[in-house]
Amino acid sequence: MKALRKKIYMTAGYNTISMGTGRNEFHPKKPRPGLEDYIKEAGQSTLKMIGGAVNVDEGVIGNFMASRFNNQANLPAFLPMIDAGLKYKPAVSVEGACASGGLALTTGIKSILADTADVVLALGFEVQNTMKAMYGADVLAGAGWQKTRKEGHAYFFPGVFSERAGVYYEKFGRETTRKAMAKWYCNAIENARLCETAQEFHNTNKNLEGTANTPVNPRAFVENLNYFDCSKVSDGASAIAIVSEEGLKKIGLEVKDAVEIVGFAHVAADITQKPENMTSLSTMKVAAEKAMLMAGITIDQLGTVEVHDCFSIAGIMALEAIGFAEEGKGAEFVLAGHTARCGKIPVNTTGGLIGWGHPTGATGVHQAVTIWEQLTGKAGKAQIEITKEKPYAMSVNMGGDDKSLVAIVYKRGE
Amino acid sequence: MDLIRKMENVSVLGAAGKMGSGILVLLSFEMAKLKLGKKEDKEFVLNAIDVSQSALTNLLAYVKSQLLKHAEKNIVELRTWYQDREDLIDNEEIINQFADDVMAMIQTSTRIETAYDSQLIFEAIKEDKALKVKLFSQIKQNNPNAWFLTNTSSIPIGGIEKEAGLTGDIIGYHFYNPPVIQKLLEIIKTDNTSDDLAAFSVSLAKSMRKIVVQSRDVAGFIGNGHFMRDALYALNLAEELAKTEGWAKAFFLVDTISRDLLVRPMGIFQLLDYVGIDVTRFILDSMQPSFPNESLSHTALNKMLDNEVKGGQFADGSQKDGIFKYQKGRIKEVYDIELGKYSKTENVEMDCAAFMGELPILKVYWKSVVRDPNKADHLQKFFNELHQLDSVGANLAIAYGENSKAIGQMLVDTKVAESKEDVNTVLETGFFHAYGPINDYF
Repeated sequence: MKALRKKIYMTAGYNTISMGTGRNEFHPKKPRPGLEDYIKEAGQSTLKMIGGAVNVDEGVIGNFMASRFNNQANLPAFLPMIDAGLKYKPAVSVEGACASGGLALTTGIKSILADTADVVLALGFEVQNTMKAMYGADVLAGAGWQKTRKEGHAYFFPGVFSERAGVYYEKFGRETTRKAMAKWYCNAIENARLCETAQEFHNTNKNLEGTANTPVNPRAFVENLNYFDCSKVSDGASAIAIVSEEGLKKIGLEVKDAVEIVGFAHVAADITQKPENMTSLSTMKVAAEKAMLMAGITIDQLGTVEVHDCFSIAGIMALEAIGFAEEGKGAEFVLAGHTARCGKIPVNTTGGLIGWGHPTGATGVHQAVTIWEQLTGKAGKAQIEITKEKPYAMSVNMGGDDKSLVAIVYKRGE
Repeated sequence: MDLIRKMENVSVLGAAGKMGSGILVLLSFEMAKLKLGKKEDKEFVLNAIDVSQSALTNLLAYVKSQLLKHAEKNIVELRTWYQDREDLIDNEEIINQFADDVMAMIQTSTRIETAYDSQLIFEAIKEDKALKVKLFSQIKQNNPNAWFLTNTSSIPIGGIEKEAGLTGDIIGYHFYNPPVIQKLLEIIKTDNTSDDLAAFSVSLAKSMRKIVVQSRDVAGFIGNGHFMRDALYALNLAEELAKTEGWAKAFFLVDTISRDLLVRPMGIFQLLDYVGIDVTRFILDSMQPSFPNESLSHTALNKMLDNEVKGGQFADGSQKDGIFKYQKGRIKEVYDIELGKYSKTENVEMDCAAFMGELPILKVYWKSVVRDPNKADHLQKFFNELHQLDSVGANLAIAYGENSKAIGQMLVDTKVAESKEDVNTVLETGFFHAYGPINDYF
């Protein structure tokens, strides 16, 4: 698709807290809010901003594994739980592992394009602190091909990206890469400290660099990553309204308080195939290219991006896939400070998956909410400057090992 | 020496007790390494022997929970152990299979005869020398090749060896509570312990990843050798203070000083409650015959036991009433021996603070320093300040620290411990002290 045939906006975004280790409120052994609470909090908050359920035409819920983390399926039927006014309205749930949130967004976008809705409530959630990490790893392994589970690592996905990191070290130099991974972590935590809902908001560690350089421990974890190279286990939900021009009028919000969707791409690759190139996120590359092509922009016009840093090495490789650096040069790009909040291209301004948190099914929506906040000047302490020269932003949401990809390009409504 | 053969059939006496259950769990991990890790093609049996059938039933639930925890922690390695089991895919399946496989090696029994088939006998029954001797000699007569590893914390092992006729086949294997978590293991050879048994004991301890300290076979060894004398010093001090302040304040004062001013994880009387007043007296009684020139008893202990003030723990690990009453692990009331009743600590707190007088302005707490890399600096500054004060509290603390040091030094001088480092290791690892008793602070 060359360009969108009608204008589409997102507005009224909301993120719950990303709950898990690191938050002062989190106690692994005490009762915690359930998925109902998260869905309600995020959904009701967005509804409040858009004039209530009466304005909503349909709903989309993105979620990865409530079926195993919470023994819960039939998620569309949770939409009317948010507000009685949503009863009997269309609802659907979508799943694409950690890109489920992104798929919720593209599903909503398509409803607007199809003229079947003017206002879509898009919501993503995951509540995954219901089990200990080594059991959660079994569930999350579902984002990979089940037939490779047996040969995989106990911590399956850290194992997958540890392997990628290992090849990357060998090909492009271990020392620089490790340094960049540590820097990635430091940036993530520093940004998260500026955002009250971030899982690392309470992080007061004075020696982030030391922590980031914790030696790997293959006896207990994976070969090439330490715990700080990984996003944490999180509970959370995010919601945002996807609207047409008519929809925007209906909900009574100003266009300057919305972001316009100027391009998006939704790409899938064969889950049964191993990556052709271990040091490249090839599917992500296609998604980012297509989204920018549809938007008709170049990479130099991006003012900020939200990338899917489930692991620090994935973050670095994402920079390369989007095109900020050549393959193998992502580490140097990070080390040069280009991804810092005052750098050339501020990345993950509220901490990303490592700093803000990774409630898997919510992440894609969370990225959109963060970008909406940044472009409309609602990011509070985390606010960065968006210049006229670089008015665009992009989110890239990945499911599994470069298998389900969603990239979206945004600019402030005008 | 064939270590694996020795591990094929093992018995734990007193397996349902606090120490026995932990030792059983550790041994089950070791058997698992051989059977499941190294794929030794042998039948392994771990006998859990105890007098109480109901306690043994509860024991199995405890062992299962520990096996699951262990498996969760070691899942990376376990996946390699079960690599060939194509039907086991998820971590959860492997963890459960591991627990089932290990549980299948454990047999419970209330009959001592069960131990006749075992090459190794681990003993963790109560501290009763006559009973130990009786059981050991009975087993020995029916099972002449067995090795005996006793968990006694205070009874001289040479004496048991002689009376039970075990020449060379016994060694002290003293775990700290709880054995699964505590890193320290005191190993005590008798004059006759065979080299094979000694070598086996050390290699098993290493495989269990314990910190080994060798102690000479003198009643109490290093751990209780220090702890019991430290406790008696505290009781004497409390008795002295009680003359003018009353027992409630005296207990509270000495406990506070030993915890806060000596920067220990808990006060000495809370530790007595943790161990149990009854167990403490038991240990002292079993040590006494070896030290005819020392008085290893205290009337305060006897009086408390007469009044059913016992301390110790409930099965769920919560603390029973002892010198103190606790709420969620915090001291709430303190016992007065004279009055025979408890009073609220808030009634004595202010008086005790006033009695102690000036204390160091620099606050150093055990919890904050124990893992601090600059621990030595913090402690040095704190104790320097303590030395500069001339308050009642500071003086009592310094005298307490000096006495603790003297006990440690005595253990080295009498060759119970090979070195001052060994004494310090025992107190730092076995008792979680932030610093060893033989130091330059006092």
